[in-house]
Amino acid sequence: MSDSKDKGGLSRRGFLQGSGAVAAATALGTIPTGASAGQQAGGNGQQVPGMGPNGVKLSLNVNGRSMNTTVEPRVTLLDALRNYLDVTGCKRVCDRGSCGACTVLVDGKPVYSCSMLALEARDKPIRTAESLVAGAKLDAVPEAFARFDAQQCGFCTPGFVVAMKAVLEANPKATQAEVERGLCGNICRCGTYEQMRDAIYSLCNQQRRT
Amino acid sequence: MKNFTYFRPTTAEQAVALLENRWGNTELLAGGTDLHDLQKEYVAQPSRVVSVTGIGALAGIRVDEKQATIGAGTKLAAIAEHADLRRHFPSLCEAASDIGGPQIRNMGTLGGNLCQRNRCWYFRDEHTPCLLKGGQRCYALDGENKYHAIFTQGRQCVIVNPSTLAPALIALGAGVNILGPKGRRSTDLAKFFFSPANANDREHTLAANEMVLEVTIPVRNWANASYEVRQKLSYDWPLVQAAVAFQGGRNGAKATGVRIVLGHVAPTPHIAEAAMKALEGRDITDANATAAGRAAAEGAKPLSQNAYKIRLVEVAVKRALLMAAGMKRYWEM
Repeated sequence: MSDSKDKGGLSRRGFLQGSGAVAAATALGTIPTGASAGQQAGGNGQQVPGMGPNGVKLSLNVNGRSMNTTVEPRVTLLDALRNYLDVTGCKRVCDRGSCGACTVLVDGKPVYSCSMLALEARDKPIRTAESLVAGAKLDAVPEAFARFDAQQCGFCTPGFVVAMKAVLEANPKATQAEVERGLCGNICRCGTYEQMRDAIYSLCNQQRRT
Repeated sequence: MKNFTYFRPTTAEQAVALLENRWGNTELLAGGTDLHDLQKEYVAQPSRVVSVTGIGALAGIRVDEKQATIGAGTKLAAIAEHADLRRHFPSLCEAASDIGGPQIRNMGTLGGNLCQRNRCWYFRDEHTPCLLKGGQRCYALDGENKYHAIFTQGRQCVIVNPSTLAPALIALGAGVNILGPKGRRSTDLAKFFFSPANANDREHTLAANEMVLEVTIPVRNWANASYEVRQKLSYDWPLVQAAVAFQGGRNGAKATGVRIVLGHVAPTPHIAEAAMKALEGRDITDANATAAGRAAAEGAKPLSQNAYKIRLVEVAVKRALLMAAGMKRYWEM
């Protein structure tokens, strides 16, 4: 990488010294300024290494396994999982963070893997729909989906079960309304929402009111 | 999307040092929910992307007796769920908890919400050479403009600012701390936003080599609320938003220091001066809230398809005022 054109006419040393002094004088908040900047200015301008644009070695922790590949920086987590690591539970539908079919858990929280770079997911546990089955035994969430026929084409299902699992893991006593709210970011174009509601009611140990 | 070189600094100073003094070639990456969309449409084509997710100190919420400080890297979900923030600033937490769905709130950040690009479909379309992409005209002026601005006077580009946190924060009197090559500076959030008119402009006043560090909100025990009119209950931008804050206004006390800020009606969050004046020193009653709503819509110059937003402004302001004053929510009965 080259850093020479990035300074807009300021030398790196001059900038770091300047910002360090101002930060030390104002000391507004928690964001570290003085110390780290001062150290850098004194340490011959330590540079932040760039990665890419060519392939970069990538190691991801997927469903408890360490997986390795090489991707360009522009490769999303979704594409890395599906196209590079053959983890195909997460689906590519809108690829714009609107439909939820690509939902995976990163650090236990549901995110759109289509809108996150694979490089941003390094060092974080990633869980996909594949984590909801052990051998022949299905997790309670996909099991409820199967029992209540909560899918038609099934393409959105991996995203829905992962999003639903996240709600119930965060709060095993979640109400039906809370589970439904946790699914706001997912779309089923076959419209099997009513059967999904049946599955949710069963998971919340509630009778469906009709 | 076009490929790029990826940087992941660990301090804000390193991040700012990697930025350039013009927009376009280098972009900051936080949650990615906006930037990657723009890259996939080739509306943004940076050759360098500077991720701020490695800057641990950029995320975090502190609330003391005098002020709340929220780091720019704080996730929207963390803002929505924070007990102290919710106690002092229900308007902010309600606005945060209604953004997108859970996935968006787990990814999106405060800084990203304030600095995101607008949602105009002409701007977002790679092949439409609108003003903000170096073209000669705004296609929404006489095109499909039902979600665009109604306060259009003097505007060449009639986008609406997409942030729902901004109106709530401005009504609460928030400030923003910014880091640039010359060090830190602070400004009122009310002065942070900008009405863009060409490819060198953004929806805010940051220079290309600056970044938002944190937002500060004074703790004053003012009543506050935010009300959004939406087409869908979830996962959508509001059609119109009203955020209000005032001192008193409860238990027979007059409302003073009234702040009323509208979202999604102008290229920047819109401070409704006439409505603030109309309500200043008065009781929050149904009649006074209705009058303030009418005053808030004064001066609107809607486009061909969005005059409906005028009525929505009147209603949103009225409901936000009644909510903040703790009065009955007649629309929920």
